[in-house]
Amino acid sequence: MEPIYTYPKTLIDVPLHYCPGCTHGIIHRLIAEIVDEMDIGKETIGIASVGCSCFNYDYFNFDMVATAHGRAPATATGVKRVHPDCLVFTYQGDGDLASIGTAEIIHAAVRGEKISVIFVNNGIYGMTGGQMAPTSLPGMKASTAPYGRKVESSGYPIKMTEMLALQDGCVYAERTKISSVGSIAKTKKAIRKSFELQSAGKGFSIIEILSTCPTNWGMEPLDSIQWMEQNMEAYYPVGVIKDLEGGGKE
Amino acid sequence: MTHKCLIAGSGGQGIMLIGKILAHSGMREGKHVMFLPSYGSEMRGGTANCSVILSDEEIDAPVIDQPTCLIAMNAPSFDKFEQKLAPKGIVIVNSSMVVRKAEREDLFIAGVPANELAREIEAERVANMIMLGTLIAATQCVTLESVMESLEELLPPHRHHLLPSNQKALEAGMKLVKKS
Amino acid sequence: MVEKQLIKGSEAIAEAAIRNGCKYFFGYPITPQNEIPEYMAKRLPELGGTFLQGESEIAAIYMVLGASAAGARVMTSSSSPGISLKQGGISYLSGSELPCVIVNIMRGGPGLGAIQGAQPDYWQATRGGGHGDYRLLVLAPATVQEAVDLTFEAFDLADKYRNPVMILGDGVLAQIMEPVTIPEAKAWQENHPWAVGKQHHRERNMICASYPDVEILEKVNQKLHMKYDEIRRSEVRWESFRLEDAKYVLVAYGTAARIAKAAVKTAREKGIKAGLMRPISVWPFPQQPFIDLIPQAKFFLSVELCTGQMIDDVRLATGNARPVYHFGRLGGVLPLPEEIVDRLEQLIKEES
Repeated sequence: MEPIYTYPKTLIDVPLHYCPGCTHGIIHRLIAEIVDEMDIGKETIGIASVGCSCFNYDYFNFDMVATAHGRAPATATGVKRVHPDCLVFTYQGDGDLASIGTAEIIHAAVRGEKISVIFVNNGIYGMTGGQMAPTSLPGMKASTAPYGRKVESSGYPIKMTEMLALQDGCVYAERTKISSVGSIAKTKKAIRKSFELQSAGKGFSIIEILSTCPTNWGMEPLDSIQWMEQNMEAYYPVGVIKDLEGGGKE
Repeated sequence: MTHKCLIAGSGGQGIMLIGKILAHSGMREGKHVMFLPSYGSEMRGGTANCSVILSDEEIDAPVIDQPTCLIAMNAPSFDKFEQKLAPKGIVIVNSSMVVRKAEREDLFIAGVPANELAREIEAERVANMIMLGTLIAATQCVTLESVMESLEELLPPHRHHLLPSNQKALEAGMKLVKKS
Repeated sequence: MVEKQLIKGSEAIAEAAIRNGCKYFFGYPITPQNEIPEYMAKRLPELGGTFLQGESEIAAIYMVLGASAAGARVMTSSSSPGISLKQGGISYLSGSELPCVIVNIMRGGPGLGAIQGAQPDYWQATRGGGHGDYRLLVLAPATVQEAVDLTFEAFDLADKYRNPVMILGDGVLAQIMEPVTIPEAKAWQENHPWAVGKQHHRERNMICASYPDVEILEKVNQKLHMKYDEIRRSEVRWESFRLEDAKYVLVAYGTAARIAKAAVKTAREKGIKAGLMRPISVWPFPQQPFIDLIPQAKFFLSVELCTGQMIDDVRLATGNARPVYHFGRLGGVLPLPEEIVDRLEQLIKEES
C-alpha cells in the first residue's frame, strides 16, 4: 500500500517547543515538504533568526546557521555568496525583520540577493513575552503597550512586504495567511514559487505569512485565527504584491 | 646616513607623488625607506605634506621631529616648517610662490623658480619634478638614474610619453645646485 | 628571491590576506582604513572572489559570519567606531567558533574622535570586545612587513583554533609605505568538515551560538576556555630589544613601539640602560617574559597612544614587584622619541 501522508524527510521527528495553536509548526512543515518535493534537502541551508522560531535549527534536517536578531539577511548573503548553487532561506519574525533588522532586509532586497525570506508576522514579540511589535495594530494591547498601541506615540504598523516589493532587486513578494486548509495550501504554493525562483537564479523574494499568537494575544487558538482574519488581514491584505517573472505587479 | 625629508605644499602640486618617487628610488638603491602622508582634513585641498626617510639603518620612529631637508612648494609650507628643520638643514623653496627670505641663518636655502621653469620645459605640472631634482642634487640622497627608473615603474605605461619631460625637469632642478 | 615592493600598510594587509586564500571581504567605509576595502573591491573580482560593501558595519560582520559558516576564508576591516558596531557579531562568531580575520585600524576616540592613528581600543580588543566570555587572538604589527606576515598567518591561526583573529593596527600603519616582501599565494581549499554547504556525503551541519540548556552552555564555555588556554600556551609572541642588561624596560606595541625603540637608542647613547619589550600578540599577552625581567628591572614604562590600557596587563604580569609607569600622547598625536626619553630621565631621577 502506498502511504499518502508521511512525515517530511527534512523535518526532524521531535516534539516542537511552540505553544498550542502556534502556526510555526505548520510553516516548518510546509518548508520541509517543499524541500522534499524539490529534492533539494542536501543543498538547502536555512538561516535561523531570533524570536520564537530561533530553535528551528533543531527541527529542520538540513544545514542551518543560527544568527543574531535581525541579521539573518546579512548572514544569508554571506552563505549564498559562498554557495550560490545552494538554496538559502531566512526564517524571521516581525520583531526580527521589521524592527531591528530593517536595514539588513531592505538592503538584501536592494541587492537582489538570491535568497528566499519567510517572514512570519503575528504582530507581537512572542519569545520575549508579548511586547509591542512594529507590526502591532493600532489599539492592540501588548506588555509594552498596556493601553493599546497609540499611533500618536508609537506610529503606524509597518508594511514591510509592500516596501520591499518597491525595490528593483525584489522579484517576488506575496502575503499569505495560515487560517484554513485553503490558505495553508496557498502559503505552500507561495513558498514553493519563491524557492523555485531562487533555484532558477532570479533575485530576492519574500513571503509574508500572517500568523497568530494565542498565548500573547490572550486568546483561544480558534479565536485568534478569527481575530487575525478580521483585524490583521484588514490592515495587511493577502495576495501577490509583486511578481516580476509573472508579468509585473498583480 | 639618514635623510629625513619633509615635502610640503598644497593639494594638486604633486607632493605625494614626489614623496613616493623619492622613497621608491631609495628602495631601489637598497636603502631603508619610509613614506608617510599626512592625512585628514588636509586630504581635501589645503596644505598637503608627507615625510620620507631614507637611511642606511633600520627606520624606527615614523615621526620626523627635525627634518634634514624640506621641499616647500608654497609659502604656508615654508612658514610652517622653517623653524622645525635640523641645524644646517637643506631647504628647497619654490621661489615662484615664496617671496620672503629665510629667518634662520644656518640653513642651506635653494630658491627654485619652479613654476616659471616648469612652464619653459612643459607645463606647471612638472614643477614638483624640478624641486625634486634640486633636492637630490643638494642632498645626494639618491641618483637621477634611480629616480628615472622609479618613475618608469610607478607611471602606468600609457603615461610613459611623459618620461622625457620629467627627466628634463629633474635635470633643470639639479643644475641649479651645481651653479650655487 | 622575491623583489621588494613599496606598498601602503592597508594595501599590504589586503594583499597578504588574498595570498593566503581570502576570497571574501565584507566591509563598510571608514577612515583611515578605506584602502583595504578599496583594494579588495579591485582585486577580489579578478580572483573570482566576492567584495561586498555592506549597508553598515553590523551587516558586514554578519555577512562575514555567513561566509565563514559556509567554509570560506573571509575578512572584514574597520576603524574604532566601526569595530564597536561589529562587536555583537564578533561575539556570535566566537560563540559559533567561526574563523575569520578582523582588522581594526584604530583612531582617536571616544565617539567619532578623530581620524589620526591612536591606540585607544586595547582593552576592547584584548578582552573579547563584545558580550560574553570570549577572547580574540589579537596580533599587533609595528611595520608594514610585519602587517603582511601576521595577516597572512592570521588566516591559518583562525582556522587552527576556529576563532576570530584580530589584526590591531592604527592609522599610521595603514597609511605608511615601506618596502615589503609579500609571500607567494598559498593554495587553500575550502574543506572544513563543520561548514554548511552541500550535504550529499555527510550528515547535516549546524552553526550556532545559542545554548538554552545552561548545563550545555557551561560545557561550551569550558571548551572555549580550554581553547583560550591552549592559545595562551602556544601563540604568545613578542620582540625584545636591548633587554639583556636593561634596567629600565619600555613596553609598547604597534606604532608606539617604533617610537619607543628610537627612544631606547637615544637613551642608550646617553648611557641609560633602557630596553624595549614589544608584545606582538597583545592577546595572549606575553606574561612570562615580563616575569623573567623582574630581577633586572628597576621599573617598567608603558608607552601607549592612549591614557594607559596595556599598563594593566604589565601590572598583572609583574604583580607589585616593580613600579609600572605610563607615558602616552592622546587623540592621534604621535610622541617624539625625545619626549619618551625625557619622561624616562625624569622617572629615573624620581626613583633614585
